[in-house]
Amino acid sequence: MSLTDWIVALHLLAAFALVAALILFWAVFLALASGGEAPALSGMARIGGIVIGIGVAGTLIFGIWLALAIDGYALWDGWIIAALVLWVVGTGAGDMAGRASREPGGLQRAMVLHGISSVAVLLVLVDMVWKPGA
Amino acid sequence: MLVASTWSFPLFLHIFGAMVLVGGLLVGAVALALGRSDDRVLRIGYRSLLLVALPGFVAMRVGAEWTASREGWHDVEDEPAWLGIGYITADAGALLLLVSLILGGIGLRRLRQGGGSGLLKATLALSLLMLAAYVVAIWAMGAKPT
Repeated sequence: MSLTDWIVALHLLAAFALVAALILFWAVFLALASGGEAPALSGMARIGGIVIGIGVAGTLIFGIWLALAIDGYALWDGWIIAALVLWVVGTGAGDMAGRASREPGGLQRAMVLHGISSVAVLLVLVDMVWKPGA
Repeated sequence: MLVASTWSFPLFLHIFGAMVLVGGLLVGAVALALGRSDDRVLRIGYRSLLLVALPGFVAMRVGAEWTASREGWHDVEDEPAWLGIGYITADAGALLLLVSLILGGIGLRRLRQGGGSGLLKATLALSLLMLAAYVVAIWAMGAKPT
């Protein structure tokens, strides 16, 4: 197995961590919306924050590494630029969702922003599978 | 994710289903671990296994068979290691998920009478085991060891 094979695996694991954390935050937000705060929900959000950090950093670092390392791929390829733009939208909306959720009465806004973040990540997955123009 | 150069819905279904499966398992494990004395959080953990991980597993497995059929993997004599790892974790994972859903369901029912914590701990242990197995499977799908 080459180093590139390992980087592909780490990129994929980071993507799974990112999506898993998004699902975890959906569970926390829906629980907060339906039944209010609970200490365990704060713990879930803390773990979600760690997992999403791994996912966000891993997808970007290993994704750029792969774009530079693999012949035939370049950072300026349309599908890679699209993925980077969607990654910025997704992480930006996710960060704003986290801030909104900590504000009094901000849960509704947090869920809308988390929805935007989730759609952006879903579109990155479509882009990664399709690779339009590659 | 160096997997295709053209749109492949079966492959998308496989990967998306696997991501939902892992997400459901993560929520289940975290909620069951942290919700020791909180019935509401324990229910979130179980519902996550039932309503997120299970549909994710079905989508992942259907997508896998569909992709294997389209790409001719069923006709290969010497199955590559990564494919074998995928099949083993998927089949064993199905059994573990089924057992965890049964144990968790009984555990939640007993919770109303003040019991069931042992069964919910077993469900948590199975969820963690499945998560570990799927991390290995994801690594194998990405690195494709021969």
